[in-house]
Amino acid sequence: MTFIYPTDSNKAHPLPLSPEYKSSIKRAPNKPLIPMRHTLSELTGPVYGHETVREGDADLTTMHAGEPIGERIIVHGHVRDEDGRGVPNSLVEIWQANSCGRYVHVRDQHPAPLDPNFTGAGRTVSDASGYYRFVTIKPGAYPWGNHHNAWRPAHIHLSVFGHSFVTRLVTQMYFPNDPLFPFDPIFNSVPDEKARARMVSSFDLENTQPEWALCYRFDIVLRGKNATPMENH
Amino acid sequence: MQDNGITPSQTVGPFFKYGLTPTGDYAWNDAFTNSTLTPDVTGDRIRIEGRVFDGDGAVVPDCMLEIWQADAQGRFADPQDKRALPNASFRGFARCGTDKDGNYSFDTIKPGVVPDPDGKPQAPHIVLAVFGRGMLRHLYTRIYFSDEAGNAADPVLSLVPGERRATITAVREAGKPVYRLDLRLQGDDETVFFDV
Repeated sequence: MTFIYPTDSNKAHPLPLSPEYKSSIKRAPNKPLIPMRHTLSELTGPVYGHETVREGDADLTTMHAGEPIGERIIVHGHVRDEDGRGVPNSLVEIWQANSCGRYVHVRDQHPAPLDPNFTGAGRTVSDASGYYRFVTIKPGAYPWGNHHNAWRPAHIHLSVFGHSFVTRLVTQMYFPNDPLFPFDPIFNSVPDEKARARMVSSFDLENTQPEWALCYRFDIVLRGKNATPMENH
Repeated sequence: MQDNGITPSQTVGPFFKYGLTPTGDYAWNDAFTNSTLTPDVTGDRIRIEGRVFDGDGAVVPDCMLEIWQADAQGRFADPQDKRALPNASFRGFARCGTDKDGNYSFDTIKPGVVPDPDGKPQAPHIVLAVFGRGMLRHLYTRIYFSDEAGNAADPVLSLVPGERRATITAVREAGKPVYRLDLRLQGDDETVFFDV
């Protein structure tokens, strides 16, 4: 199948400069991006299959001697394209804070405890239907220095490849009904309300495992449409 | 309900290193390194290195760069490129985090010529994506090479005003297979970024 990647779809993304998010002020380009036609260099992309992922890499709760502290959750969903088709064999990488809102990164200075049983990194590859699944613990909210009393809503960082280099996506998955949403300049850097809603997972009672873990569904939609759609009425 | 609009980008943030570029510093393994080289890869081995700066001219110590490129024959390791793949083991992708001084480097091979959509040759180039704290979506650019005669006729480089082309042209060091390219996210010498 041949895919096309209309640049109009990029309107869902934040603008580079979002002054409420202070770090963007000195790092967003001032000059306009230069439009160009996609060539083979943009229309192809790295293909990484199961050899990149080791057994157990998708379960962030079993990587150390003991179990991490926190609320055990399943995060699952489909990687899809703009026609709603599953994107198979796509590498999905995640990283997150622990249940107290602390990252293992050496430069995280938030005075909340580290958990010796939690690193917070995982990866998997979507299956033939685009489905992926992680087991982890629910990350905590944490303060940051952007403005007075700034707190990030709880989130899991995701990195996804897809069909080509222009489908590359790094995003954050949020949890439903977080009271911090109205105050977070990163979440609100996405101008369109419907697009913002696509970054919020849904509580998935049906796939919760009784006596073991709650479940959240997060479907990821990457750029890409069929170049020659079927006439199907 | 799902509306098939795409999932918006969010910044990679300041704390991605332990997940995406741990390079031995954390209890997690690297999916990728800053090298595309495989034992049997053919072509001219090169190193590309440089630093990343913000709008104040300060180094950016927490950004991540990813490259994607063709092999020395101009073919991509992707089944969507229907041409033959003589370097079957060459994957063409690498990832590098900047260090505390804003330095990055890639070990790779000089890519070959890739056709544009009209079949016209493009000068050898590498596609580069730049991710970082403060960058709500990654930026796309290309790395061209100072010693390529084909640059003058390259259909993408031709879209760039003449005085800005140097911002995406890596300069070969005398006598060494090393090219230097600094990236400037903002300012007078701002790197050219493409809307793809």
